[in-house]
Amino acid sequence: MNLNMTNIWFEIKEGMFIALRAIRANKVRSILTMLGIVIGITSVVLMTTAIRGIDNAFQQGISSLGSDVLYISKWPWFEHEDFWKIRNRRNITMEDFEKFKELAKMPIAVAPMVTSMRTVKNGSISMDNVILTGSNADYIKTTNFTFDVGRFFSETESKSSRNVAVLGSEVASTLFPRGDALDKEIKIGNEIFKVVGVLAKQGSFLLGSFNPDNDVYVPIGTIFKYFNSRWASSITINVRADGTAMVSKTKDEAEGVMRKVRGLLYNEQDDFAINQQEALQQNFNSVVGVIQIAGLFITGLALFVGAIGIMNIMFVSVRERTKEIGLRKAIGAKRRTILSQFIMESSAICLMGGLVGLLLAVILSIIVNKFLPTSVSYSAVLIAIFVSLITGILAGFAPAYTAAKMDPVEALRFE
Amino acid sequence: MNIIHIEHIAKIYQVGSEQVHALRDVSLKIDKNEYVAIMGPSGSGKSTLMNMLGCLDTPTSGKYDFTGRSVSDMSDNDLAKIRNKEIGFVFQTFNLLSRSDALHNVELPLIYAGVPAAERRERAEIALTDVGLKERMHHKPNELSGGQRQRVAVARALVTRPSIILADEPTGNLDSKTGEEIMILFNEIYEKGNTIILVTHEEYIAEHAGRIIRLKDGLIENDERVKKRFIPKPRVEAV
Repeated sequence: MNLNMTNIWFEIKEGMFIALRAIRANKVRSILTMLGIVIGITSVVLMTTAIRGIDNAFQQGISSLGSDVLYISKWPWFEHEDFWKIRNRRNITMEDFEKFKELAKMPIAVAPMVTSMRTVKNGSISMDNVILTGSNADYIKTTNFTFDVGRFFSETESKSSRNVAVLGSEVASTLFPRGDALDKEIKIGNEIFKVVGVLAKQGSFLLGSFNPDNDVYVPIGTIFKYFNSRWASSITINVRADGTAMVSKTKDEAEGVMRKVRGLLYNEQDDFAINQQEALQQNFNSVVGVIQIAGLFITGLALFVGAIGIMNIMFVSVRERTKEIGLRKAIGAKRRTILSQFIMESSAICLMGGLVGLLLAVILSIIVNKFLPTSVSYSAVLIAIFVSLITGILAGFAPAYTAAKMDPVEALRFE
Repeated sequence: MNIIHIEHIAKIYQVGSEQVHALRDVSLKIDKNEYVAIMGPSGSGKSTLMNMLGCLDTPTSGKYDFTGRSVSDMSDNDLAKIRNKEIGFVFQTFNLLSRSDALHNVELPLIYAGVPAAERRERAEIALTDVGLKERMHHKPNELSGGQRQRVAVARALVTRPSIILADEPTGNLDSKTGEEIMILFNEIYEKGNTIILVTHEEYIAEHAGRIIRLKDGLIENDERVKKRFIPKPRVEAV
């Protein structure tokens, strides 16, 4: 048994030496073959890394929205099949909000919200299509926002509709590149607002219009005063449950309260939607799922093409070395020895290619990290090494088998 | 004891729909420390016989005992083991690994025999020194002359201390002077007590052997002792 083990080790070691000799002897060919695996492994690793980055970015962003917040709105977030029906729903008004706030007992915070798209200016620097969010002082309690400098507007400021604004980090850094936004005046539309706070960076571009970094927050009254007609706009009611465990109970209560507020009869359908971050998450997951499958399929295809290349080259190599195989058999190489020699050769090529590919992927992921928070994970490293080894063994098997079963007499005669 | 004991062996190849009788009925015995030449025109079956003797091929029928072991029904693996330990091949075209140096070429059979690296190296160095290539150990085949290449091949055949040396037209690719040098080398090996089987179609090469077996149409036509073996003398080099 012990002797057997040392034999196997000996064969693996010697097989490795023979394989490395063969690779060194055909440098250019080996490198070209390796290239296929390098590209395959690089793309697979980079793909997984990028997907991880997208996911990280999304999770980071969504956490700022809070997982225990409900958004009662005229529009559901992700179902648009009954567009016309939904469009014809009554708007949710400030009066609805006030009644809701009075009747709902479970929420720990409730705030109205209305948005408007505006151009925001600081002197000559201007930013178009900024999402202006109007709310009251309670709004901050329905979010997980943190501040870079300053504060959210106060109840007094909100009630008296003062021209005060809180800037998202992206807006602040665009308008005030030197980072001195606090207490400065900005122009929203044609009105002058004073900056009382700047939010810390919260989300990511993946959240699109949900990203607070591109928002400006003002008292809701100023929106109605300057920008939107109070009667034409439908508000959203942000409702924060007392922790995620309470979300579903709070939601049930909110539905009942809203029906009462809206004066719906028992046989009438809800004319409002209660949205949750969960829906955003589900929607995101399905999108990323598709990207993931498509991406892995395409990159897997690259790897597969690389493997075919290896197999091809190994077949050429076996044929070219027919005489050498004959000689090796004549002087005592067993079938198994020849088989393992060629498999080791293709595995070694693949493994080297895999390591080079991994190195490339690590370098490229540093660049990707500038856009998406990510890095090559340990599991990706292990998977890359494992996959390249397996690729080498599988791609090398058929050619190695051909070599192993050659008849030594005929192989020696081969010219 | 006989090293080689063959009784009534035949080898039939199937070529398309036709059967080719490469060997019809061959019986022969070769003793330890014999120097045998096998001769015959092409198609006489001498290559087939040589492959058979070298355990590269098994007979269709008949019995082949190699050092007392029956080879005719051995598995592929056992044949490989016999070839590795008991037989040293020398080919007409040398068959060296072109990208490896002389030392590695000579080490090769020892790798398959499972000899550890240090001992392998030592034995390969000794074998190369024995054939007069001590100074050329790290040269690759393309940096060596034809005669030197064949010497490397001889060293490779000797390094496992085999029971027989099987040489197939070893001088076929060499000029007569270099060929003679190789024959001097074979003579030395023989005189050290080795068994040599030489396949050739040239009479003057065969005369170096102590026994000549002539084949024709897959049968032994003639098997006789050479009365006076030709013993090559190393030339005295003029300095």
